[in-house]
Amino acid sequence: MSNKASHGGARRRLALVAALASVSGFVALTAALAAGPAAATIAIDNFTFGPPAITVAAGTTVTWTNNDDIPHTVRAVDGSFHSKAMDSADSYSFTFAKPGVYSYFCSIHPKMVGKVIVK
Amino acid sequence: MRETEDLEGRRGFLKCMAWAGTGLVWTVAGGVPASVGLEAAAATRKARPFSFVQVSDSHVGFAKPAINADARATFTQAVAKIAALPARPDFIIHTGDVSQLSKDSEFDDADQIIKAAGVPVFHVPGEHDVLDEGNGQAFLARYGKGATGGGWYAFDHASVHFVALVNVMNLKAGGLGSLGPEQLAWLKADLAARGPSTPIVLFAHIPLWSLYPDWGWGTEEAGEVQRLLARFGSVTVLNGHIHQVQQKVEGRVAFYTARSTAFPQPAPGTPGASPGPIAGPPGKLGSVLGVRDVRFVAVDHPLPITDQTLA
Repeated sequence: MSNKASHGGARRRLALVAALASVSGFVALTAALAAGPAAATIAIDNFTFGPPAITVAAGTTVTWTNNDDIPHTVRAVDGSFHSKAMDSADSYSFTFAKPGVYSYFCSIHPKMVGKVIVK
Repeated sequence: MRETEDLEGRRGFLKCMAWAGTGLVWTVAGGVPASVGLEAAAATRKARPFSFVQVSDSHVGFAKPAINADARATFTQAVAKIAALPARPDFIIHTGDVSQLSKDSEFDDADQIIKAAGVPVFHVPGEHDVLDEGNGQAFLARYGKGATGGGWYAFDHASVHFVALVNVMNLKAGGLGSLGPEQLAWLKADLAARGPSTPIVLFAHIPLWSLYPDWGWGTEEAGEVQRLLARFGSVTVLNGHIHQVQQKVEGRVAFYTARSTAFPQPAPGTPGASPGPIAGPPGKLGSVLGVRDVRFVAVDHPLPITDQTLA
């Protein structure tokens, strides 16, 4: 599955910036620009993705960090993204370009499941 | 005591010392596998038709000072005990998680360590052994020669039929260990060719019974496997994965999990715990790997289920 993170994300960010500028003017525009590219984090602790479900805007880069003493992975159920094995303190990032519900799990410990909802 | 010994010898009682240490020594007498702890085996020179050793979850590459600073060292200790056994085992079965992260260097070190035992080794992969980008190709290239499909195989030794299964590949979200339809069909054909009096030893990494599904400690196709095994008079199933001794008897099928040589894990369902590494008593990792339990179990009768936690 191809992922056009940069195209989709850029378009949405431009649209957002334009809307904010027209409605709220200069103050809102600078605030939006200062926020930079959207980012979210998910911590892996005690064999759990935290939070197990997260809602983000399209174009957001999500970063998972493994805080356990054992390796974990992040693998999309539909195969659209997957990390290598993350040892303790390792991280993995993926940018979600398109809206949708992305279910994922740890392929080593498949009882560990999570969801990224991209609006 | 005399009566017990006679029964054990003539009628094929299964004596199982569920030893919670660095390995289990299995002996097969009259077609009935039995296990004793390595320490106990070292103390006896009683002749047996043949024996083999099960080791598991060596996790070579694991190095967390608070738990086990070097899993290579504890694996080396386990192998040294095997090498020192007065009755040399015919072979070793390693029930998976040889490595921590499927690195070539970890497999290399594990091979060097286990070589010191001086006997052949049969492997099945754990989920830690199939983390390479090739989804297990590194493991299979090294240990899977002569295996079928995804690495499963069978062999006969002294009239006992051994079956090595792989249940750590292509795991599904929310699921358990999995054999997959191709392997299940192969197993069905393999077992169909054996007579019901053939002693069967099955081994795989993840428990082939529903030990604690909430933690993924079980295999999706466990029920189908048990149905395939039901017509045999003596079946022993050996697993690892959970880093502790658990056992269960279902009809004439006896299931056992082995200890890790690297670190312990919590008893299933321990409140607030997860199925990850835990520390032993401070400075005494080896002490949690000692002799834990002795059982005598008749194999020619329906047996009580003996789920047991080692709190």
